[in-house]
Amino acid sequence: MAKRIVLGFVAILLVIAAGYASFFVAPTERTMGDIQRIFYFHVGSAWAGMDAFFVCFLANLLYVWKRKPTYDFLGVSCAEVGLVLTTVVLITGPIWAHPVWGIWWTWDARLTSTFVLWLLYVSYLLLRSLIEEPERRALLSALFGIFAFIDVPLVFFSIRWWRTQHPSPVIMGGSGSGLDPTMSKVFFFNVLAMHVFAAFLIVERYVVEKMKHEVDLLQREAEAL
Amino acid sequence: MSLLSNTATLLGKELRTEFRSRELLTTTVVFILVVLILFSFAINPTSEESREFGPGLLWLAILFAASLMLQPCFLREQANDTLSSLRLAVSDPFSIFLAKLIANTLFLLLTEVLMLPLFAAFYNIPVLPQLHYLLLVLFLGSLGVSIAGTALSAISAQARMRELLLPLLLLPLLTPVLVVSATVSVSLLDREPVVQWKGIGFLAVFDLIFLTALWLFGEYLLEE
Repeated sequence: MAKRIVLGFVAILLVIAAGYASFFVAPTERTMGDIQRIFYFHVGSAWAGMDAFFVCFLANLLYVWKRKPTYDFLGVSCAEVGLVLTTVVLITGPIWAHPVWGIWWTWDARLTSTFVLWLLYVSYLLLRSLIEEPERRALLSALFGIFAFIDVPLVFFSIRWWRTQHPSPVIMGGSGSGLDPTMSKVFFFNVLAMHVFAAFLIVERYVVEKMKHEVDLLQREAEAL
Repeated sequence: MSLLSNTATLLGKELRTEFRSRELLTTTVVFILVVLILFSFAINPTSEESREFGPGLLWLAILFAASLMLQPCFLREQANDTLSSLRLAVSDPFSIFLAKLIANTLFLLLTEVLMLPLFAAFYNIPVLPQLHYLLLVLFLGSLGVSIAGTALSAISAQARMRELLLPLLLLPLLTPVLVVSATVSVSLLDREPVVQWKGIGFLAVFDLIFLTALWLFGEYLLEE
């Protein structure tokens, strides 16, 4: 309990500090101006969301292998938090894109695959809500999660190769890409803050899911008596 | 070897069941036809536009039809609880999937071959010059649809609202198949046709990846 409170405090402080840094520490971008500042929050959420989905995938694999309910709790927690963060990405992206590109949306590889990823995890949670029996729900949703996750790179490359003239990534995009050193520090600080915040949410969600499971078991016992 | 002989026996069973009633095939053919006609009403394409959009619409119709056609795949086994007997009868549960997905691929291909002349006529797109390449794309695309669809219909058959659930699970998963098959078909049916081998290879890779995933995880899908 105490650990969770500390984690919560740290996460919230980090998010506030990261927000402060994005607004007041990072220099203003030359061509885009202040609107570029949303990028720290946007990409931070995107990376944290992707990592949450990756942990969800690992939890799904572990569930199929070991069949421990804890992996199911972890899977659903990561999927929900990942979905929230990806929703943030899909909302902040157009807010930035509209003034800068002049359009809300473009069917570019990263946008489209993020959107398909979002849809796949909506389906994952929907599937969970439609199966009553806990073990069957855990197993089938884990298997769907595995199929969904291996589909993501295929979606990405199919769109990158056949649909778009795609702008090269700003970070880790090879020569010509890169950020101003202060911007880069603020950026990685934001990435860290969003990861800690995501971890905090996942832990909280995990505890709720575990309690749900226990209540469910007790209810079944009471009905059996 | 038992995998192959089991699969062959089960495939025979799937085909016999379907060809006795031909329910799936007739409904799917009619469904694709209706969708193609409705698309044409909805967008009213000129002949240039139908070359540009026609193949994509054809693939969309195939995907929608498949998401309906694949429903009964495992549901059919529930009526008399035949799935447990099937599981007991075969040494490797993968053969159940293999038989079902081969049968589904055949059904899909058959409907597509029946639809192709009508598609060519309605959208005024000559398909004959590039027919062999087009059939290859149809085969690889339908195989991908069937592999993913057979796996997911085993999942959706065990949930509530299964009729709605299967399309919701399947269609986003098939995004790569739709994107690539539509693009490859458009360039095949262009006035100056181009064979996009990279796309055809991509479809083969998609099929292979999902077949491997099904081989690895299939048995868990059928757990009681």
